[in-house]
Amino acid sequence: MIGESWVTTTFEKLEEWGRNNSFWPLPFGTACCAIEFMSVVSSHYDMARFGYEVVRFSPRQSDVMIVAGTITDKMAPVMKKIYDQMPDPKWVVSMGACACSGGFYRAYHVMQGIDELIPVDVYVPGCPPSPEGLMYGILQLKEKIERDTKKRRKREKAKRADDDGSVAAA
Amino acid sequence: MPTTTAPLPLPERFPADSIQLREGLDQPTWIVRREILVDLARELTADPETGFDLLLDLCGVDYPDREERFEVVYHLASLRGGGRLRLKVPVPEDDPVLPSLIDVWKGADWFEREVYDMFGLHFEGHPNLRRILTHEAFQGHPLRKDYDPARRWILTEDKMYRPQPEPPMDAEDDMFERMTINIGPSHPAMHGTFRVVATLDGEIISASEVEIGYLHRCFEKMAETHTWQQVIPYTDRLNYCSSFINNVGYCRAVETLLNVEVPPRAVWARTILSEFSRVMDHCVCNGSSLVDSGALTNFWYLFQPREEIYGLLEACSGARLTVSYCRIGGLAADLPPDFEARCRALLETIPAFIDDVEKLIVSNRIWLDRAVGIAAIGGEEAVNWGWTGPCLRASGVDYDVRRDNPYDLYDTVDWDVPVFHGGDVHDRFRVRISEIRESLKIIRQLLDRGMPEGPFIVDDPHVALPPKEVAYNQMEAMIYHFKLIMDGIQVPPGEIYSAVEGANGELGFYVLSDGSGKPYRIKVRPPCFPIFSTFSRLINGGTISDAVVSLGGLNVIAGELER
Ligand code: SF4
Repeated sequence: MIGESWVTTTFEKLEEWGRNNSFWPLPFGTACCAIEFMSVVSSHYDMARFGYEVVRFSPRQSDVMIVAGTITDKMAPVMKKIYDQMPDPKWVVSMGACACSGGFYRAYHVMQGIDELIPVDVYVPGCPPSPEGLMYGILQLKEKIERDTKKRRKREKAKRADDDGSVAAA
Repeated sequence: MPTTTAPLPLPERFPADSIQLREGLDQPTWIVRREILVDLARELTADPETGFDLLLDLCGVDYPDREERFEVVYHLASLRGGGRLRLKVPVPEDDPVLPSLIDVWKGADWFEREVYDMFGLHFEGHPNLRRILTHEAFQGHPLRKDYDPARRWILTEDKMYRPQPEPPMDAEDDMFERMTINIGPSHPAMHGTFRVVATLDGEIISASEVEIGYLHRCFEKMAETHTWQQVIPYTDRLNYCSSFINNVGYCRAVETLLNVEVPPRAVWARTILSEFSRVMDHCVCNGSSLVDSGALTNFWYLFQPREEIYGLLEACSGARLTVSYCRIGGLAADLPPDFEARCRALLETIPAFIDDVEKLIVSNRIWLDRAVGIAAIGGEEAVNWGWTGPCLRASGVDYDVRRDNPYDLYDTVDWDVPVFHGGDVHDRFRVRISEIRESLKIIRQLLDRGMPEGPFIVDDPHVALPPKEVAYNQMEAMIYHFKLIMDGIQVPPGEIYSAVEGANGELGFYVLSDGSGKPYRIKVRPPCFPIFSTFSRLINGGTISDAVVSLGGLNVIAGELER
């Protein structure tokens, strides 16, 4: 038993390590922020240095959705659908003031932040955020996932110990 | 042909009270009864020498207090004769109908739909009068003055519009392999937010429908709720690949209304930075359209000069993309001390990238096969659709605002307007590459002339903020500062249409002021709006992969298209 569980945790860790260092971002770029997103993936800033260069336009192949740009009410159902199509586990980075809060478009056709519709993990402010800002945001996401899994593992461990304890007591 | 604004003789054949003449600040203005509109339009286009072949812009204006509440404004230009004309057609609220001009200028199609969407006016004879910018669940007409700017309507997926392009049925059509596919709005080939639904016969597109509005950010309504200076950042986000040119276009329009003279230093810098922005825009357009046809290397090559120009803009304004560097009356801040050195360094490095790309592309068999003859359009037809800019010049029409209606310093430098005649994707690429070289030529001459000394913004406390040190230390300056921040610039009542050559073509601003501290109405003439309205016509009959390549070559920028 001990041997087996030892293998499982290590595999989990390996998987996690791989995942955190190689997000496959789905760029949901609609507006000006998408242009800055292009800067981030092109040669000068080069997100590939962190392992995040596999930009996939198909939601089925990606795990991080980067919403870059203003989302209008007309676009909202499309965004929701694409989010729903992404397989779990998935995360969302909201890039730019518009995606975070509607930005300075307090207007009749603009969503006041994408969190009206989908959960957001990291908000990157700026109009547009500088490329460094977006990279920082993605690294924050990495940390967040690490933190979350650590917590989860701790929780699971405690639960296991609890279960063992109750079994032993019985 | 240089633009003239001489008054035109009124056509005599129409009843005397059906046309009234008004002297415009910028161009002659006729107030026209709607009954004669179509006849008049036909007459205006008829003359082969001076006919108004280009419908620049068509927009509505709402005057809730007038007896005839709405006014539809047409801006016409004659590329052959150089004339300009503004027609205004009053429309009452209880009978909001006027005839469609789609048979005279095909470019009226989307413009009329926009007026219908924004104001609820009906154009009789329009074949497809649907909402264009707002979504299907939207109620009301947002640019009416009584519409609350923040009133939203929620669209759910089941209410989304599903276009069904109907291909023409002919006897030979055996429905073999027919299917309808949806591309976009979130699709890499659609550059963000466009949506094309195409009915295919095998690989050939037999019918298609284009749907836009996925990035309609209400620029014009926002402009009406902000002061004149506060509109400048919104203009950045029109064509965000060359935001500085939008700043210049807007500020020039307001400056003309205010009648302020911009200091030479600012004019000099505006010209140089506009040209750098154009270079950048063409790099993005060519780079990304080459990616669409699989030529990825060029994307990296062309994005590097852009990155370096960003460095220059950042040194000037503090922002890379959305610069907001212009102010009404000049610039936001003085030029950085190393401005000239930076520009010279750019002039050294950019040509190598452009040459490399050209070498890789122009004799590349694969690219030629994909681009020559694809999505071709003739000059006359393109004008009828409302095209301007590089795409029009690729179709053999020699029209450039910078030369024909010169502003800033363009008439003092020596440069050429590149014109190609194929009208296809290939020539659009070539025009842009040649224009980059011309832009660099302009910049070089201006740098050689030397930076003019003097202030970077007008010294007029009603227009420009006083410098901080003065505002902190002098009572009077502080009051001006306060007034400008709180009330904004007071622009005298009037109207103006002022255009600059944007990276995509004629970028016009039709600005109406009623003398309050805010714009009464601002209408942008987005150059890629009429261009993109031609898209179905361009791709029908071609293969689906050609459609992707031709979209890239048009350089449609969603922010500008949908505002
Ligand atoms: S946050 Fe600013 S730069 Fe980004 S999409 Fe919105 S307006 Fe454009």
